[in-house]
Amino acid sequence: MTVSLEGITKSFLGVPVLRGVDLELRAGEVHALVGGNGAGKSTLLKVLAGVHRPDSGRIVVGDKEKTFAAPRDAQAAGIAIIHQEFNLLENRTVAENVFLGREPVRRGQVDRRAMRAETAKLLDWLGEDGIDPAVEVARLSVARKQVVEIVKALSTEATVLAMDEPTAALADHEVELLYDLVRRLRERGIAILYVSHRMREVFDLSQRITVLKDGAFVVCSATEDLTSDQLVRHMVGRPLDALYPERPAEVGEVRLSLRGAGNARVRDLSFDIRAGEIVGLAGLQGSGRSAIARAIWGVEPFTTGVMELDGAPVRVTRPRAAVRKGIGYVTEDRKGEGLALRQSVRDNALLVRRAALRGAVSRRSGDLAALLKSVAVVSRGQHQEVRYLSGGNQQKVVLGKWLAVRPRVLIVDEPTRGIDVGAKQAVYRLLRDLAADGVAILMISSELPELIGMSDRILVMHDGAIAGELPAGASEEAVMGLATGHAIGDVA
Amino acid sequence: MRWRPRLAEGTAPVLVVLALLLVALAFAGSAYSEPAGYLALLKRAAPLVILAIGQYFVIVSGGFDLSVGSLVTAEVVIAARLIDGDDANTAWVIALLLGFGILVGLVNGLITTRLLVPSFIVTLGMLLVLDGAVFLWSGGAPRGALSPSFRVFGRGGVDVPVLGQVPWSVIILLVVLIAAVLFMRGGTGRTLVAVGDNENAVRLAGGRVEALRLLAFVLSGVLAALAAILLAGFAGVSAQVGQGLEFRAITAVVLGGVLLGGGRGSVVAAAAGALSLEALFSLLNLLGVPAALESAVQGVIIIAAVAYANLGGRLRLRKPSPSVP
Amino acid sequence: MSLLQETPSRPRRASSVRARRFTLTPTTTVYLALVALLIIGSVLVAIDGGVLLDQGGILNILTRSTVLGLVAIGQTMVIVTGSLDLSVAYLVGLCSLVAAETMAGSESMMVPGVLLALAVAAVVGLINGLVITVLKAHAFIATLGIALVIKGYLEHTYTGPAGSVPRTFQHLGYDRIGPVPIAALLMLLIGAGAWWYLRRTRPGYHMYAVGGDLEVARLSGVRTGRTIVMAHVLCAVAAGLAGVFLASRLGSGAPYVGTDAGYDLESIAAVVLGGTVLAGGRGGVVGTIGGVLILSTLDTIFDDLAVDPFFKDVVRGVVLIVAVALYARRQLAGQLSGRSA
Repeated sequence: MTVSLEGITKSFLGVPVLRGVDLELRAGEVHALVGGNGAGKSTLLKVLAGVHRPDSGRIVVGDKEKTFAAPRDAQAAGIAIIHQEFNLLENRTVAENVFLGREPVRRGQVDRRAMRAETAKLLDWLGEDGIDPAVEVARLSVARKQVVEIVKALSTEATVLAMDEPTAALADHEVELLYDLVRRLRERGIAILYVSHRMREVFDLSQRITVLKDGAFVVCSATEDLTSDQLVRHMVGRPLDALYPERPAEVGEVRLSLRGAGNARVRDLSFDIRAGEIVGLAGLQGSGRSAIARAIWGVEPFTTGVMELDGAPVRVTRPRAAVRKGIGYVTEDRKGEGLALRQSVRDNALLVRRAALRGAVSRRSGDLAALLKSVAVVSRGQHQEVRYLSGGNQQKVVLGKWLAVRPRVLIVDEPTRGIDVGAKQAVYRLLRDLAADGVAILMISSELPELIGMSDRILVMHDGAIAGELPAGASEEAVMGLATGHAIGDVA
Repeated sequence: MRWRPRLAEGTAPVLVVLALLLVALAFAGSAYSEPAGYLALLKRAAPLVILAIGQYFVIVSGGFDLSVGSLVTAEVVIAARLIDGDDANTAWVIALLLGFGILVGLVNGLITTRLLVPSFIVTLGMLLVLDGAVFLWSGGAPRGALSPSFRVFGRGGVDVPVLGQVPWSVIILLVVLIAAVLFMRGGTGRTLVAVGDNENAVRLAGGRVEALRLLAFVLSGVLAALAAILLAGFAGVSAQVGQGLEFRAITAVVLGGVLLGGGRGSVVAAAAGALSLEALFSLLNLLGVPAALESAVQGVIIIAAVAYANLGGRLRLRKPSPSVP
Repeated sequence: MSLLQETPSRPRRASSVRARRFTLTPTTTVYLALVALLIIGSVLVAIDGGVLLDQGGILNILTRSTVLGLVAIGQTMVIVTGSLDLSVAYLVGLCSLVAAETMAGSESMMVPGVLLALAVAAVVGLINGLVITVLKAHAFIATLGIALVIKGYLEHTYTGPAGSVPRTFQHLGYDRIGPVPIAALLMLLIGAGAWWYLRRTRPGYHMYAVGGDLEVARLSGVRTGRTIVMAHVLCAVAAGLAGVFLASRLGSGAPYVGTDAGYDLESIAAVVLGGTVLAGGRGGVVGTIGGVLILSTLDTIFDDLAVDPFFKDVVRGVVLIVAVALYARRQLAGQLSGRSA
């Protein structure tokens, strides 16, 4: 079945977000939707999902024009969406989640047995028979929750599946398996809309690509007719010269040093980070990557070994202590842990200074304006609430928050997750400038090209310990080899 | 430097409502043709406004304080019993009352933050405990009496050149309000609002979330004690003095556009909400609406106010920015 | 082949299910606490020279549980859905009046009286639900506002008890089988119905979904508005039943019978005591009835011991806080603690 969106427009309170977008999804085809932040991808997805009603334009399913007043209408038309954020109820079972809103009813009661059996069948089909349909979702790991998401979408007998940044929460080896799954879905004749920021995925998976920019349709082309340079040019409207800034010639003194540090999640960590250096931290999800960050930061402190800051041993047992010692942490969960979304740009940028450091908050907004300018936040003034900013600008505010307290060590966890190419470049430059100012940076990322492009050297985690160290410019294969603990090809 | 008045989201409507009510009062009653009438209104409203300011701190940081009504009753009963009509006791009893308010706030705050019990439940439990304990102690009915020097704060005033006699309660109210505004403009106040918005972000920014929450409950407790002192002076001793005040204070705060659940709203608006509520009662009174119907009108008004803030206000106040990469 | 490189899941699968069955859920905790309370209470009362669980004692506990139980069953549905109803106390009074005044002592008007009272309750619940879903008012404010409107009406119209129920109707309030009042059985029956509705029917599933995460439920195609309105209507009807029962017991309608007993906050206390999470999405009727039984057993024990009535409130408050603190602790233990002490 073919689903097409024709001439879709949508404005919010007079601000146009979509201006006449066309999109055609064909059975058995993966159609990639790309564009910078604010290009209108999520809005278009929500129109398809029946969350938003377009101001004008048509939605045609098969040969019938449809109006989606609510998500259930889109569902009834065979359209399923896998949203970027998990849409699961933590306190309900896997089966209850999969059939949420469509529970089978038998003799006036929900047919719980059928629900469980059907869920188990779908899980088996995916090769995920390790997940018990009767277990509460809260007890599953993040990656397993995504499997449940996919099963939930499949169970609707969907003929059109839209996936919004499906790999955002996955580690690299899991991405391969997701690819496999997407290909299988395609072979079964499902039309797939694949929204992603990651070039590689787009080229690996899709047969056609549609580019949006500022809410307008730019181009739709067969994937094989596009090069990645052309695609980037379509997205940003200009060629992207050197994405990653140059590395400095030399680095300074040791800032942060770990000697045999460990806790319940990581063990025997010994490494240094010097002033002016960006050290990359690679590893699969669950390898202890983020656990290192959270240990240094005092959320789950080290229980063994020594941590030294500028040569002096320190004990950090809570974030407050970390901040006061000059350690900053840009969390991977921007909305959940990074920002107070209803507060202004100003209040967020000053959050660390006010929360952790007594007094000494400058009353002059000039100071802050300079800071926000230096991180290139585009907003309608300091008093705008951050929830109205794009993801990229929000991330810049998070960085600004730390810049405002001039940290000596900065840990950045997935600093470019969910932000577009232009904003990524700005974040890269900012990190490099910070390093040049003498900050020691530990950078965690699942995107290997980014990690390799930015790091002066790369530490690779495997199973809670450091599996090895690679110099700048190491190959992706080398990183993956260490991260998986065996040679490439064995991953699955 | 250009100064532009900047109102927190949701503040403007309550100020408009308040202004309209005050103007309406001037038309409805001759008492409001001169400042004295409004001063009397302020005097009447002072305890509720002070309670609302205390409640504001708790609500904006993401909690509820249901115990303030019982706390007010408890304070008044304690005051009457301990003072027993003797002026000599006034000073230490006032100190003790404020101390008791702080203590109740501390207990509320500590249980909420340390034992992770939702504040709704904690303060509901505290409400029951206070209700029971005070009467257990006083034997079922208020005993003793207040002293004249105690009642002066609620009833008396000082002569001010232009305005004539200004009630003590109005002066106390102004001091509390100004202090609250300054507090909320400072770093601690802003961080308190951020706690109500996203406590994880504040904790990871190195903020002391628990300490801030605790502070909010303590402020609510001590301001409830202050309100009780004014109310006792104004209205005298009764076992019903605080009944329903917790809901009235929460209503006032919400009327001021403060978001239940925390993270948004200004303390001035909360105070204006409380004053609007009192002005509304005065107006209904002047218009001859039976006292029994007052609560019905109040009910309709708060629903209308919240509905307006959510539906009508959104159209003009919330605009997405053009997002720029 | 597994998408996720996680440690062997097969063995864990079986054990995790079994482990879950034997864990102390809040519901089992409540009933264990109830049993403990009955034992301790019996001992204390025995030392005092009485018997707690004699015919009178059981009757006492169950009678006390009936009204609060009805209100709390309704409140459970609302709280599970992530909402709250503060209007139930005034609604109980209003419905007792509607029932008693409609009957006006006549036996032929019994059924119309009950139906009218329940219809009034349903309309109030409908209004509560619509104010929350259509006007987007926070449930706390919406139901508080409606409570105030009912209060104003009651204060304006009534000065004291009004209407009267026929003698026959009083059987509902006083008849019993052995030590078990008929009304308590009816309450338990309604509780069972509510349990079935929440745990076995689609609308019930959707209540948990809406309470668990409104946005997730909406995106999954659940009609969230309808679910919230339904919960409020059912809650109000349960409160209406409580009013009807009180009319039968008192022989007339009484405007403040609900507020004097504080059924608004008391019912929320019972629900939370029963292990339902105030934020919604978790808990249920079984726990709530346990919570109600604990509260009325406490009352009965104190009566038997002739403890000062004000002391009861103090104990109630402490029990409530301690219970929820225990649940919070258990829940925390189940999660990974990201906080340093």
